[in-house]
Amino acid sequence: MKRILIIGATSAIATACARTWASQNCALFLVARNPEKLAQHAADLSARGAASVSTHAMDATDLGAHNNMIECARATLSTLDIVLIAHGTLSDQSACEKSSATAIAEFNTNAVSVIALLTALAPIFEQQRNGTLAVISSVAGDRGRPSNYYYGAAKGAVSICCQGLRARLYKVGATVLTIKPGFVDTPMTRHLNLPALLLATPEGVARSILRAIDKRKSVLYTPYWWAYIMLIIKLIPEPIFKRLNL
Amino acid sequence: MNKTALSWGRYPATQQDLHPCVWRSDLSNKISDLQHEYGTTLPFGNGRSYGDSCYADSGHALHTKTLNRFIMVDWTLGVLRAEAGVTLSEILELSIPRGWFLPVTPGTQFVTLGGAIANDVHGKNHHVRGTFGNHVRCFSLRRSNEPAMLCSLEDNSSYFAATIGGLGLTGVIEWAEIALMPIQSSQIDTTSIRFDRLTDFFTLAKDLDSRHEYGVAWIDCLATGSRAGRGIFIAANHAQEGALKTNLKNHLSIPVIPRFSIINGLTTRLFNTLNWHLQSAQTKNKSINFEPYFYPLDRVLQCNRLYGRKGFQQFQCVIPEHAAEPALAEILVTIAKSKQASFLAVLKRCGNMTSPGLLSFPMSGTSLAIDFPNSQNLTQTLLPKLDAIVRASRGRLYPAKDAHMTGEDFRNAYPAWTEVEKLRDPALNSQFWKRVTT
Repeated sequence: MKRILIIGATSAIATACARTWASQNCALFLVARNPEKLAQHAADLSARGAASVSTHAMDATDLGAHNNMIECARATLSTLDIVLIAHGTLSDQSACEKSSATAIAEFNTNAVSVIALLTALAPIFEQQRNGTLAVISSVAGDRGRPSNYYYGAAKGAVSICCQGLRARLYKVGATVLTIKPGFVDTPMTRHLNLPALLLATPEGVARSILRAIDKRKSVLYTPYWWAYIMLIIKLIPEPIFKRLNL
Repeated sequence: MNKTALSWGRYPATQQDLHPCVWRSDLSNKISDLQHEYGTTLPFGNGRSYGDSCYADSGHALHTKTLNRFIMVDWTLGVLRAEAGVTLSEILELSIPRGWFLPVTPGTQFVTLGGAIANDVHGKNHHVRGTFGNHVRCFSLRRSNEPAMLCSLEDNSSYFAATIGGLGLTGVIEWAEIALMPIQSSQIDTTSIRFDRLTDFFTLAKDLDSRHEYGVAWIDCLATGSRAGRGIFIAANHAQEGALKTNLKNHLSIPVIPRFSIINGLTTRLFNTLNWHLQSAQTKNKSINFEPYFYPLDRVLQCNRLYGRKGFQQFQCVIPEHAAEPALAEILVTIAKSKQASFLAVLKRCGNMTSPGLLSFPMSGTSLAIDFPNSQNLTQTLLPKLDAIVRASRGRLYPAKDAHMTGEDFRNAYPAWTEVEKLRDPALNSQFWKRVTT
């Protein structure tokens, strides 16, 4: 029985992962902002076969609340076999461009809170000497593009932080997985005009995340072909890139 | 951007804008927002209704598929409560390993719980278990500008009756609680018997239905003359021993919509003739998994696309017991004469268990379901002829499958429609309802 902590548990991708873990009889500790949604989610996962489901309401941007949450999770689960960090917002690029307060608030949600959590969780994995820390970043963090560089900057910071932490924890036997989804059909992206052909389902993304955790992969592009798309995007020379409207 | 969708028959081709609801707590606001913006809306689950009964009159439907959480399960009593967007497939995936099965299941596992109630679906065991509505213990109904309403045979019973088979018009089902049926194995023991004429179907059904949980027949609807009404009767029971397995295997999928129907006169004649001849003349007993037995068409995802851009229509009628044989014989002759192609032609004897639902389709008698590729000839010539036979024998058509019946036929066949209309939520209306009630 795996013991799993999920932060941002009511997000669509986290939900899809949690449902599979529940069907595998795992013990789950769910963290999200809204206690009512958490309770509905917990009931669903119990019904789907989770060995146990505990909930903890917390706003991830409230950095002072992190340690207490982690203590509660450890007290409940004892060991953390998997931690999935899945919270985040899709920043409104034009709103960020107009207001530095908005830009900073978005960065706090998508980058600062995640980096703070990674910092607090790292010593636990060093102590455990095993387990997987899976973090949802984004393909947007691979290169700054004019259409979403605020969101991209935050996800880029998360990817770099994970990369460094991965090398640190590798030496003690723990794994850090950076998850870079492309376009996923979730409530977070529903208002966007995304090309249907490129749109992945949260269930498909969750399947690849679980497989990557099992295989102790380092970086996961999901769906996999985003690795090739991003490779091309990264290879475009800057003089050309800056003329494009990607 | 919201998703758009068509019904399963892809006819009429009125695209629906789907407005998703993810949380139960958002449901009230969603209904009033949509009412405010578009006048009316309609709950839309997984889009498995064939015609226009799942189309909001405004073209803006409330998508409940994302409302898909389980709320409570009791594996000792076999009782399950879940949000309306949970599919029967998800329920079976959980319940089968624990020894429980749906007491009533339609021919696809991809319908939602809410949709199963709203269309009061039935299955191959109607003669034993009645309709889906017979196994609903209670549900919560959300109406515009009203608090959630708990409905059961005891509480708000008029809404309970109007909502079962109520085509999503009386409110949006938030969650429902159903009773499951115990099974010992996920295997199904089947008995297949080939028959040469329609009369034999009725003899077989009378004999086999009393000893079997399930009974249904496939008919070669292109056979004429002395071969008319030939087919294969398949009776079945849940196996008493064996594993409790859900093997949700990888499905095939039809990725594109062909320009023309792949299902045409030639392919169906081939299929029908082969299918009949491949079945040996002797009675054959076989134990098979529940999935190919109950859901053979689910193996091919989006198989409705095989009918091409024009889509297809299903004609499903039920004819009362005493008139069934001559009326069905006439229907089969009319279809065979018209040379309209059909793969799927299914006969099923329905029992006399009454559903709590006011607009429930089945009645004591025999039901026939046939798919036709869409064409002008179909709507203008064949379907009116078939309707006339159904009318004369006091049978009725199935709203969940319908895209053509006249308002007069509907109102005569379902006199309780006025009661449903009285309880209809003013924020909800469908294309179907508008078509048949005005």
